[in-house]
Amino acid sequence: MSDQLTHTSQHHIKLSEESLQKQTTTLNLGPTHPATHGVFQNIMEIDGERVLETVPTIGYIHRAFEKIAERRPYYQVTTLTDRLNYCSAPINNMGWHMTMEKLLGIKTPKRVDYMRVAMMELSRIADHLVCNSVVAVDTGALTGFTYVFQYREKIYEIFEEVCGSRLTTNMGRVGGFERNFSDVLFTKLDSFIATFPKMMKEFEGLMNRNRIFMDRCIGAGPISAERAINYGFTGPNLRAAGVDYDVRVAQPYSSYEDFEFTIPVGTKGDVYDRYMVRNDEIWQSFSIVKQALEKIRKIDTEFPDQKNVFYAPEADKFHLPAKADVYTKMEALIYHFKMVMGEIDAPAGEVYHSVEGGNGEVGYYLISDGGRTPYRLHFRRPCFIYYQAYPEMVEGGLLSDAVITLSSLNVIAGELDA
Amino acid sequence: MALTNELIQEKLTEKFGVQLTEWEVPYGLLTFRAPADMNLKVLQHLYDDMGFQFMTDLTGVHYPDRKGEELSVVYHLHNLSENIRLRMKIYVPVEKPDVYTASKLFSTANWMERETYDFFGFNFIGHPNLIRILNVDEMDYFPMRKEYQMEDPTRIDKDDEMFGR
Repeated sequence: MSDQLTHTSQHHIKLSEESLQKQTTTLNLGPTHPATHGVFQNIMEIDGERVLETVPTIGYIHRAFEKIAERRPYYQVTTLTDRLNYCSAPINNMGWHMTMEKLLGIKTPKRVDYMRVAMMELSRIADHLVCNSVVAVDTGALTGFTYVFQYREKIYEIFEEVCGSRLTTNMGRVGGFERNFSDVLFTKLDSFIATFPKMMKEFEGLMNRNRIFMDRCIGAGPISAERAINYGFTGPNLRAAGVDYDVRVAQPYSSYEDFEFTIPVGTKGDVYDRYMVRNDEIWQSFSIVKQALEKIRKIDTEFPDQKNVFYAPEADKFHLPAKADVYTKMEALIYHFKMVMGEIDAPAGEVYHSVEGGNGEVGYYLISDGGRTPYRLHFRRPCFIYYQAYPEMVEGGLLSDAVITLSSLNVIAGELDA
Repeated sequence: MALTNELIQEKLTEKFGVQLTEWEVPYGLLTFRAPADMNLKVLQHLYDDMGFQFMTDLTGVHYPDRKGEELSVVYHLHNLSENIRLRMKIYVPVEKPDVYTASKLFSTANWMERETYDFFGFNFIGHPNLIRILNVDEMDYFPMRKEYQMEDPTRIDKDDEMFGR
């Protein structure tokens, strides 16, 4: 018996002939790995430290949102959009509401637009802060991360004040917001605006012209403008390659045309360019938040009757009546019940709407057949689209460059897999 | 001269004549239908001569009630310099969902077509790597087709008349 055991164990590991002669190493990076920041896997063929080939495998957190959306009433789709890019969920929420408004032909009041812009730009700041500080972490600088996370926390507190939740926000409704901005919120926004620049400058002082950081990032994972367009890049990653395409300027929505801001662009499309473009966008977004707040205050002082405008009156079919009315008035109670049961039909139509998300153009392609749920809803997810360029960007480079390329692309697993 | 929806329609009609049909402009976005075997010719023409070099989106739709053209591929293209979009649709029968791949023209179509194959079962002819991307490899059906319901079809406690579409 023992004789037999030793005999088999000697032959247990079978190595193929080629593996003995093979000079390169196969490395399995992920699905869960500190360097991947999300559930995705790369099977890499490496020669020493050079990446020869990489095959991305995705789909580990695929949740079939498009299928689920086909059975959900329109207002319940919002919660699906949060979970795409969970680092900047309000942008996705607003994008979805605007798609619905386009389908219904609702024009939102300026005050609502400015409130939305303030929230969207705050979430862009939060998104870029995470991305940039994670690039820094992957190059070995953990300190910056702890600075910016305090302010990401402050932004989440602002979201909490607006809608009651932090990460997956479900913020706003078709036509506007569920309730008006509170006084506490304005106080929090003011305190954020007063203190954010100091922290941001400190973070910039740590990283931007840091010799070690620059040497690590410059030239790592580059992509040319031509290839980036062919790969369908959008957002900061496209702009880092030198193309000034921004949905906020190209097809303004939510009154972005009323704001003053510039679109930062890079030249080489490498990790450092992406980092710097995001860094500049944080400042631009910060300025937009300030402008939006000024505009809201201007409306409130000049037209005091508009102080309580927080949704478009035409959207009343999709906007829950005030709770006090639901408890005291018959009509309001009926509408409340109808809406919560999702028995509100949308007109038939086909609409594509896109917004500038944290990572690029977030598009919603909605086909309605006149029912209570979408007939077909497709999300254009920027991460999914540009992540396919990853092998081309890292092949031939070093393994450590591949890691920072991944984090500088800001691939969010939720958006990748939908 | 800046491109407008009318001008695009005029130019495309000049080139392809009556083969492009169902011209519409829903919500300001020019939409038309091309014959399924001509999708690449139209895309190539749009890419080379009309500056539509950015593919925004590619996706599929299933219409079980349209006999002989159940499955549809929808392309959204964007001309970045003129800043104008258009939408092109092709229809193929569900028994033989053959579509020529656009991945040689747009690298971005590679994964988008894989995703569309994964969910609808299109056969993109000439695609370099047409395998499932988000679903498990062992899956033997195409889940976004309408015959696959979200809820378990054997359940009787959830009445479609009251809940669901």
